[in-house]
Amino acid sequence: MAAPTLTTPTAPPAASGPRKRKNIFRRMAGPFIESRGVQRFMLLTGLTLTLVFVFMAIFAPLLAPFHFDQYKDAAGEFARQAAPSARNHWGTTVDGFDVMSRTFWGARTALEVMILAVVFSLCIGVPIGLISGYVGGWTDRILVLIMDALFAFPYLLLAIVASFLLKNTIKSGIVVAAIAITVVYVPQYFRVVRASTLSAREATYIEAARAIGARPRTIIRRYLFANVVQSVPVIATLNAADAILTLAGLGFLGLGIQPTQAAEWGYDLNRAVADAGAGIWWTALFPGLGIVLSVLALTLVGEGLNDVLNPTLRRRKSRAPKIQTSAVGPASAPVVEEDVRS
Amino acid sequence: MSRTAGSLRGYILVRIGLMVPMVWVLLTVVFLLMRVAPGDPISATLGGKLSPAELARRQHALGFDKPILTQYFEYLGQVVQLKFGKTITDGQSIGSIVVSNGGATLELTIAALLVAVLVGLPLGLVAGRYRETIGDAVIRVFGILTYAAPVFFVGLLCQLLFAKNLNWLPASTQASAIVQATAPVTTHILLLDLVIHGQWGDIGDVLKHLILPAVTLGLLVAGVFIRLVRVNVGQALGGDYVEAARARGVPERKVVTRHAFKNALVPVVTVMGLQVALLLGGAVLTEQTFNWPGLGSQLLKYLNNRDYIGVQGIVTVFALVVVFVSLIIDIINAMIDPRVRY
Repeated sequence: MAAPTLTTPTAPPAASGPRKRKNIFRRMAGPFIESRGVQRFMLLTGLTLTLVFVFMAIFAPLLAPFHFDQYKDAAGEFARQAAPSARNHWGTTVDGFDVMSRTFWGARTALEVMILAVVFSLCIGVPIGLISGYVGGWTDRILVLIMDALFAFPYLLLAIVASFLLKNTIKSGIVVAAIAITVVYVPQYFRVVRASTLSAREATYIEAARAIGARPRTIIRRYLFANVVQSVPVIATLNAADAILTLAGLGFLGLGIQPTQAAEWGYDLNRAVADAGAGIWWTALFPGLGIVLSVLALTLVGEGLNDVLNPTLRRRKSRAPKIQTSAVGPASAPVVEEDVRS
Repeated sequence: MSRTAGSLRGYILVRIGLMVPMVWVLLTVVFLLMRVAPGDPISATLGGKLSPAELARRQHALGFDKPILTQYFEYLGQVVQLKFGKTITDGQSIGSIVVSNGGATLELTIAALLVAVLVGLPLGLVAGRYRETIGDAVIRVFGILTYAAPVFFVGLLCQLLFAKNLNWLPASTQASAIVQATAPVTTHILLLDLVIHGQWGDIGDVLKHLILPAVTLGLLVAGVFIRLVRVNVGQALGGDYVEAARARGVPERKVVTRHAFKNALVPVVTVMGLQVALLLGGAVLTEQTFNWPGLGSQLLKYLNNRDYIGVQGIVTVFALVVVFVSLIIDIINAMIDPRVRY
């Protein structure tokens, strides 16, 4: 059997060069090099903010002045709902927690849930999409029906119901939140992956693989997967942003992580509703900014990638000959653009 | 393609036919989700509060001791008759909850949709027309921000700024207590009732209460519109027919308004339908933020009381609304755009 190549047929000739390492770096940096002007600025802002967010999440224990459920220090208990001061830089909450510490620790919770949710949805959504698209027939029809029904469902309600039901069964609030979010996002991966599988299935190289006697399993794993999976980074980034919002929404409704398990921005905002009436702004502002900035960061990265990788959005006159060298096949691109948010 | 497939009536019939499996899958998903959790709804809700004998009696009365398949078919049968049962905790029928609280949600969502259209379409058109300028970048960032900021955070900031600091608008609820107490009840939609009974003096009060929630929820959806209209205008301006119009010597202003904008707005109708899901999910959060007496706050009440029938009923109603609205939008879309009737 001829050695199957893992690089995509639409990839630039340079990608089949002798040194694999360099290729990977070049392809990762590709979107950035190809961007320019406003696009590059947005991508750069997004990447910077994302790095800050990840840094905050990883080093929360070092950066935060206190632990997230600490309500006193050596000098005694913190005052409740105290305005920002030298002792508590961003004030304290109604429970007497330090807002700054909870905001920093909240980044860690958000990152944990986000990673779990994206990994879960990828592990479920991509294989189902591949199988559904490649096998076709009744399997495909039934899966599409179920996924479409889930997709049409108000996403927050789905997450609410899922976490409502799981809350008593699974102890870890982080896992519950991640599963609830996964239920929402599997249909999106499914749709995108299935759509690109459908178009890739008819490609000549798949036909060639079939002609030399490759089994469906081999075709899916070695040929389709590598090709189809390239449409995933954009949705994965955008979904990661969405995951933070959904987590916060659940927390805000009191269905998220228990306050003793971890600091969570949505829960803190829930507690801040009563404060707003009294003119207390610091309990709402800082966790809220945490959500906005982290979602903004990931969205900018996702949109930046989408803009650069999606040739149909480019202006006609700009770099017309280079369109062919995009990393994502045109077939998968419009789906990403249209479906991911609706 | 047969002749009936291209006709409007044929399309509507097919579309309604497709709705049946969709609704069926949705109902099954709701039912399964609610039954996956261990234990039956009665003991989950009232367990520990009642004696075992009393629990068993109530379980029997509501049919929860029957085999799961029987329960499933009974549930489907009830939904077909639009009966959703009575809540466990306070014995209200879901129908009466929808009647008395649905009006508030309807008022909020329609006002929000109005805000979204008024804000989203013009900004999207401008951004699409002047792509890759500073104005475009500003509008895009605004669009991303409206998406990145969770509704409850925006709502809290609005409350702090406009209600607390500036004292321009009321912070929460649907109307002043006196108006709510004296308002006549005909349609259960407060604003409409006041108009019908000619209580013009109170309308100002209700509208004032409506502004902050409607803007908060509307901005969320406006972001989606901006994004979509911008992309569509960009694609339309690159279209062959626009080039053809230019070649014929049609003035640029006319090319943009007559040719590009018109075609760019057609898909917006479809997306508006899809936003119903987003709108309803956002409404749950907005209602919680502004203490709005709608279906979302009812859902939350039953969630907190672990009332399975209440949650299941309201979620089913939400799902049916989404499916029904998307049916209507699709039909409208088919009337506008003949290409849809495949």
